[in-house]
Amino acid sequence: MALPPVKATSGTAVVIPGNDIDTDRIIPARFLKAITFDDLAAGLFHDERFDEAGNSKGHPLDAPASQGASVVISGDNFGCGSSREHAPQALKRAGFDAVIAGSFAEIFFGNATTLGMLCVSMAGPDRRELAELVRSQPDTKVEVDIEKLEVRAGGRTYAVQTRATAREALLTGYWDPIGELLEGLPEVRATAAALGHSAG
Amino acid sequence: MSQYRTGTEDRPRSLLDKVWASHRVRGLRSGQDQLFIDTHLIHEVTSPQAFDMLADLGLEVAMPERTFGTVDHIVPTHTRVEPYDDPLADAMIKALRRNVAANDITFFDVGSGRQGIVHMVGPEQGITQPGTTIVCGDSHTSTHGAFGAIAFGIGTSQVRDVLATQTIALSKPKLRRIEVNGRLQAGVYAKDIILHIIRTLGVNGGIGYAYEYAGSTIEALSMEERMTICNMSIEGGARCGYVNPDQTTFDYLEGRPYSPTGEAWQQAVQSWRSVASDPGCHYDDVVVIDAADVPPTVTWGINPGQAIAIHERVPSVEGAAEPERSAIAEALAHMQLEGGSEIRGTKIDVAFFGSCTNARLSDFIEVARVLAGRRVAEGVKAIAVPGSQIVKSECERLGIDRVFKEAGFEWRDAGCSMCLAMNPDKLEGDQLCASSSNRNFKGRQGSPTGRTVLMSPVMVAAAAVTGEIADARDVFRGVGAVA
Repeated sequence: MALPPVKATSGTAVVIPGNDIDTDRIIPARFLKAITFDDLAAGLFHDERFDEAGNSKGHPLDAPASQGASVVISGDNFGCGSSREHAPQALKRAGFDAVIAGSFAEIFFGNATTLGMLCVSMAGPDRRELAELVRSQPDTKVEVDIEKLEVRAGGRTYAVQTRATAREALLTGYWDPIGELLEGLPEVRATAAALGHSAG
Repeated sequence: MSQYRTGTEDRPRSLLDKVWASHRVRGLRSGQDQLFIDTHLIHEVTSPQAFDMLADLGLEVAMPERTFGTVDHIVPTHTRVEPYDDPLADAMIKALRRNVAANDITFFDVGSGRQGIVHMVGPEQGITQPGTTIVCGDSHTSTHGAFGAIAFGIGTSQVRDVLATQTIALSKPKLRRIEVNGRLQAGVYAKDIILHIIRTLGVNGGIGYAYEYAGSTIEALSMEERMTICNMSIEGGARCGYVNPDQTTFDYLEGRPYSPTGEAWQQAVQSWRSVASDPGCHYDDVVVIDAADVPPTVTWGINPGQAIAIHERVPSVEGAAEPERSAIAEALAHMQLEGGSEIRGTKIDVAFFGSCTNARLSDFIEVARVLAGRRVAEGVKAIAVPGSQIVKSECERLGIDRVFKEAGFEWRDAGCSMCLAMNPDKLEGDQLCASSSNRNFKGRQGSPTGRTVLMSPVMVAAAAVTGEIADARDVFRGVGAVA
């Protein structure tokens, strides 16, 4: 039950500056009041983007040049806080396939990987240079390649890292683990029995 | 008798090692492990999509007896009359009811008398047990680590995975022992310990780690205090944190509805003792903290690591190293605080006493002790939200509710309430809230410009009666002397 492998993605990028961008900022809790993920894109970074009257506050996501972007560039500990999968779901549904950050909060990273999104860590100086390039030339195509562990943009190549397990899962098409977990059900029942649980 | 002593390994092992080894089903292609989950907790916000995904795949719930549900995030705390005013909230709660009924899942609904924040319900019912793996679509699942469980938050796709297979795909984390030793200063609480740890190690210091909280200070804490500490592990970046089970743990669990009884109880205790970390086991890192160094702590900024002692001054941009300057400037601007100023004396608008961090019976007893005979300051909205219906009814049996009502607190029904403001309990505009909850992120309490200052429940009470951020030791007689 393998899925299509995900090796790389490319597109224009948007810089969302700052460290410790939490999932309440990515998708405020009131947008979680829905029984599907379908309409989440409208809530993406909502309170950073719009004032209480709904007027744009000039967030990078709303710059004309950012429209159609598919790569986010941000700081350290991206996606910290709540475990809400709504955060990567909102990014995905708004057209983002990859996040380049200094580092990632763990739950966000796992949730994003399960959706086939690429999360790569890039050293601070490189990330600042890349961000500067994207700001000055917003039409720059940014290629995120987890097979080669590099990001290519504007003729430059930057080294990036990601978790080895996530890379393997994406490259082999097992980034959503449900199929493989189901294959293991006989062994799951054996483990449950060994733990003293009655047969479920 | 114990599943934790099987195998041939003689080397000392940590609780994490033992639980992981006994729950690891097999390795996956990615290099992650397929990990068996003993207990799965669900609530109304992160589960409906998972049930839909399951239906889309044509799958059934593999082990419905291992999932337990309640409503907490969205449920109103000012009324229990249905339908709720918010049609979206009503729809989510009804979806959960449908899903648990269709799948034979035990559900602690508002009519059960056992509803509450999911991280209160598990321990109260004795569902949370040592040596087990526990997951929930909520990052504060780390709370259950207080019992020596490996417990962590998961996303909705993983909720689907657990429903379908009772397992998830995960890599074993590294292990950091955080040892807190010695006597706490008077007026310092478990909340202060964890805020101090997060301040010291940073909000991302725990990425990739499980935290083992140990040392004489931690061992002397009650189960409810241990839950407060483990609850906020995730605020320090650690997906789970635990305390080794001991007699305090067993005493708490004995006689609870889902605890073993009779001979099974004796066997369980023997097994639980054996799951604790062995002396001399390997830790990837060790941090030692002197309890005497932990002050009453409050946050000043927009993440839980931006914390100071109550008598300290707020950091200034000028006084900070270059990489931190923009973060400090952003936090000061949002909080409307001036760098270098005292946090004490900052006017508050709202006092919120609640959340899975601090809304247990012992929290209410301690606050009632200092609050008796005092009044909430004029102009301050103060709400007290018990974490569960059981806590609420116990408070009412003890007459604690009257102390709160007479002081001018609103006395509410159980739920997450203003911790994340998905129900009608929200800040308005740029109100500043003294809060016993766990997150001070921008907008967290329901208003994009709202401001949150995290602190212990007794400090919330001190802020409520003075109308400003205050040192509870100066406000209440007895706080300095007891504790």
